Amino acid sequence: MSEAVLSIRNLTVEIPTRGGILRPVDQINYDINRGEILGIVGESGAGKSMAGNAVIGLLNRPAKITGGEIWLNGTRIDQLEGEDMRRLRGKHIGMVFQDPLTSLNPLLRIGDQLTETMLEHLDISRDKARKRAAAALDEVGIPAAAQRLDSYPHEFSGGMRQRVVIALALCAEPSLIIADEPTTALDVSVQAQIIALLKRLCRDRGTAVMLITHDMGVIAETADRVAVMYAGRLAELGNVRDVVTHPEHPYTDGLMGSTPLASKGLKRLRQISGSMPRLTAMPEGCAFHPRCEFAQDICRAEPRPKLNGGRSACHFPIQQPAEETA
Amino acid sequence: MAMIQVKNLTRIFDVSKPWLNRVIERLPKAMLTAVSDVSFDVEERTVYSLVGESGSGKSTIGKMAVGLLKPTDGSVLINDIDLSRETDGGKLDKARSDIQMIFQDPYASLNPRWRVREIINEPVSARGGNVVGLAEKLLEQVGLSSLDADKFPHEFSGGQRQRICIARALASEPKLIVCDEPTSALDVSVQAQVLNLMSDLQENLGLTYLFISHDLTVVQHISDKIGVLYLGRLVEEATPDELFENPKHPYSQMLLAAAPKMDGFGREIDPPQGEIPDPINPPTGCAFHPRCPIATAKCSAERPEMRVVRGARVACHLAE
Repeated sequence: MSEAVLSIRNLTVEIPTRGGILRPVDQINYDINRGEILGIVGESGAGKSMAGNAVIGLLNRPAKITGGEIWLNGTRIDQLEGEDMRRLRGKHIGMVFQDPLTSLNPLLRIGDQLTETMLEHLDISRDKARKRAAAALDEVGIPAAAQRLDSYPHEFSGGMRQRVVIALALCAEPSLIIADEPTTALDVSVQAQIIALLKRLCRDRGTAVMLITHDMGVIAETADRVAVMYAGRLAELGNVRDVVTHPEHPYTDGLMGSTPLASKGLKRLRQISGSMPRLTAMPEGCAFHPRCEFAQDICRAEPRPKLNGGRSACHFPIQQPAEETA
Repeated sequence: MAMIQVKNLTRIFDVSKPWLNRVIERLPKAMLTAVSDVSFDVEERTVYSLVGESGSGKSTIGKMAVGLLKPTDGSVLINDIDLSRETDGGKLDKARSDIQMIFQDPYASLNPRWRVREIINEPVSARGGNVVGLAEKLLEQVGLSSLDADKFPHEFSGGQRQRICIARALASEPKLIVCDEPTSALDVSVQAQVLNLMSDLQENLGLTYLFISHDLTVVQHISDKIGVLYLGRLVEEATPDELFENPKHPYSQMLLAAAPKMDGFGREIDPPQGEIPDPINPPTGCAFHPRCPIATAKCSAERPEMRVVRGARVACHLAE
């Protein structure tokens, strides 16, 4: 665990219900290195946000981590509780949520929100914290930053609010940022601004980023590596260029193919028939087999395919064209 | 003969504070121009898309097209009938029965206490039509089972609900369907299923769609013609090929450059500057001039008219 900022090993999250135990996150493994952006993609209900929340200790009961380990900078963090977790959260992990309005306190000036975070986690004076808050706002591209410290969140537009949230996530200089759909609520032009900002800040500071999104275009442009999740499991994990251009797992292939971007010039979009299985009725073996055109008997039986250090969790990964592999 | 003719359509909303606040705080009345002098035609059996960012007035135009809002100025003619001014009840009723709408959120647009059969039959039974077997037939047509007619909306996933919304829209055999962001709430693989279904239905039933979306990729896929809106104004109108290959308005160019691309690995672009201005106090002249890289003095003084530039209609002084 030398280079990795965050290591997730066999992480499993379970929700006990009257109908049995549901597993929204099922034995996932990945690392995020310093300065790296790992994209997590998947459709609603694939468990991508649940995995992010598990890392930062924000799982709502009755959901809880029932297996596996989470390591942050060489320290195991999945068993931390209460005060220890709270301290870790602000200092070492920054969080950017989808809706910038609900992640800021509407009753506090943004300068106070920024200084509060810094005073809590860093050993600095109030004056210095205020100066750094202004610098942080300036860095995320808010004009006249020093004056805007006394503004309330409602005085900012959506894109500007998301910049404030990013400044807030970065102000204690965390080593990891979890960005959960940071641009989904924003317009295309503002989305491009926020993505460029995230990329620049992480490159300059060497912060690791977990970028959770359902937008393949954003992943392709932003991430270094990408993890594709399906029904709580990792379907594919690899270099973003390889995964997007030559997907190995049939689900990844279907997902990429069904975006209108990839079907350019086709009369009909490629579609994956059916829908993701419910957590209450998870199929045996590979979770994707009922929708998979290549499925064989081995796919329907346990043990299910796993990544095991390879790229895709599939018995029959799609072969790459010969000239590419040569 | 165009099916929809939109002429100089304008809609102004009064967003003033209550009069007592205005007196005490000495505030003037505030008027928000959501749609400003928009004109376009939609031919029968084609898909016309309106695309723009939030606050560009695309949904307001859609609502005026179906008669849910009255225009402040200008008109929408559907098959030569102006829904907001026509006085002949019979004609009005006929025109309305030809129009249906599909909304963005399939969770909010289905009554949770009604069975699917009642939901789908409503547009027909409300007019006293024959509904025997109608819901079952339509459900199969949109790729659900006829047995689903007895279920309630909560028993379906988002994509299935949107199919029910489509079935309901088809029930009265409309000629025009206004689709307001029909796939924005859906996952990509479900979006592909719904878009394919909509294209099939359009072809088989000879429908006309007025398709409203913020997603350029979806619009490129489904449209025959695209209108790009900015701050309530139509800035460019072109076929998808023309618009995506060769955008002529600086705003269209900016929007296309900012959209994420599947092959844009590690792409470093200069993101667009600025944000959409306040529609209560829009900029003078061309609304885009404060953000436009090529703006001149004329752009801030004079609002550009729509003119034809190489196969597209563009509202820009400098496009050529």
